Amino acid sequence: MMPLRRFQMHQPKNVAEAAEMLAHYGEKGRLYAGGTELLLAMKHDLLRYEHLVDVKTVPGLDKIEAKNSSLHIGGTVTHRAIENSPLVRERLPVMAEMARQIANVRVRATGTLGGNICFAEPHSDPATLLLALGAKARVQGRNGERTLAMNEILVGAYETALAADEILTAIEIPLLAKSQRAAYLKFQVHERPTLSLALVLDVDASGNAITKARAVVGSVSLTPCRSDKADALLVGPRDKVEKQLADAAQVLAEAADPGDDLEGSAEYKRHLTGVFLRRAFAQALSGAPR
Amino acid sequence: MTDGMRIVALKFQLNGKPVEMECEAEETLAEVLRNHLNLNGTKVSCEVQVCGACTVLVDGLPVSSCTYLAYEARGKNVATIEGLEKPDGTLHPLQQAFIDDFAFQCGFCTPGMIMAAKALLDENPQPTRAEIIHHMDGNICRCTGYVPIVAAVQRAAGVMAKESKK
Repeated sequence: MMPLRRFQMHQPKNVAEAAEMLAHYGEKGRLYAGGTELLLAMKHDLLRYEHLVDVKTVPGLDKIEAKNSSLHIGGTVTHRAIENSPLVRERLPVMAEMARQIANVRVRATGTLGGNICFAEPHSDPATLLLALGAKARVQGRNGERTLAMNEILVGAYETALAADEILTAIEIPLLAKSQRAAYLKFQVHERPTLSLALVLDVDASGNAITKARAVVGSVSLTPCRSDKADALLVGPRDKVEKQLADAAQVLAEAADPGDDLEGSAEYKRHLTGVFLRRAFAQALSGAPR
Repeated sequence: MTDGMRIVALKFQLNGKPVEMECEAEETLAEVLRNHLNLNGTKVSCEVQVCGACTVLVDGLPVSSCTYLAYEARGKNVATIEGLEKPDGTLHPLQQAFIDDFAFQCGFCTPGMIMAAKALLDENPQPTRAEIIHHMDGNICRCTGYVPIVAAVQRAAGVMAKESKK
């Protein structure tokens, strides 16, 4: 067995104390939640920390609540808790369905939503859906609290806009209106998605026209990506939009600008974007409001 | 700033029996089980939470013990393959079903497979085939093939349902 390098474990009693610890240890310390990304990277010596700050000892960050027409998911809530939460399943089923598809049953039992976002792994299931849903991250550091949109917090591969002392305390997700439909789909042959695609559509009362759209393609480039131009092509009468899906996918893929890697060639990922946008469109419009 | 923990005072239930010991903060549950407690039934392979060979249950949930800190087991119930048989040596229905369905060849993945399946059946005693496949998706076997493994889980579910009616 590969041993982990030595570290000290710290148990902050509250967010302020955790922020102090992170500030004090700087690059020698890191916030630790489920460990399903961090400990693997540390075991393979890709990351070295002498101090881990166990955010799970901070009370109150493991709650899921609905307030002000949005869902608040605490930073240390596990994927499994999201998957099984009656509140999420009833109020935002697409989020529960996405959580059910993350990695494997062991990762879901320990991995957290906050950890997933803060690790900023480019092949993240939650990041893609959360960007489409217009979710925001609440973060807190020594100098107070701020709120960041998904495209603000995720700035690159394994890179976030968080300051060294900042902690993601919750993700706030606006609940879908009755006129909105959502779908999350992915293509995966390895342990992480090759491509993930999330789509949120606003439909008119007849259900035959789309009044607003938000499509996100993830896992194909450094951060999940969307495009105003692609979204504009997804608005209009349903039969017209169906004819424009290929164009919308092309524009979306251009914006994402996928690269060649072990998951496949850039051309392949552009192709998959088209396939999965079409499937997501059909799925979103097939069901009840999500 | 107070010092962090280098040494963790660890108290937990292991296969129903209390354990009290010390470990280092960076020691994984697999290291504690295999190196300190001499329980070698838990296998370690990929060390990146992909293969499932090291699956043990913590408070009933499957975890990858290769990259799950022993620190996390504080105050919890840990179940390993060694705890499945009854004191008289009778095998757990899952163990017996893996034999009856020839659900292993080399056997390296088997402890993890059985513990993962136990977590499923404890939560969902009558899973559909699709539910079994979804749940077992993260446990990799490289020689037996998955058909007999799924069959064994189905068989064990049937046996356990009959036993619970007795």
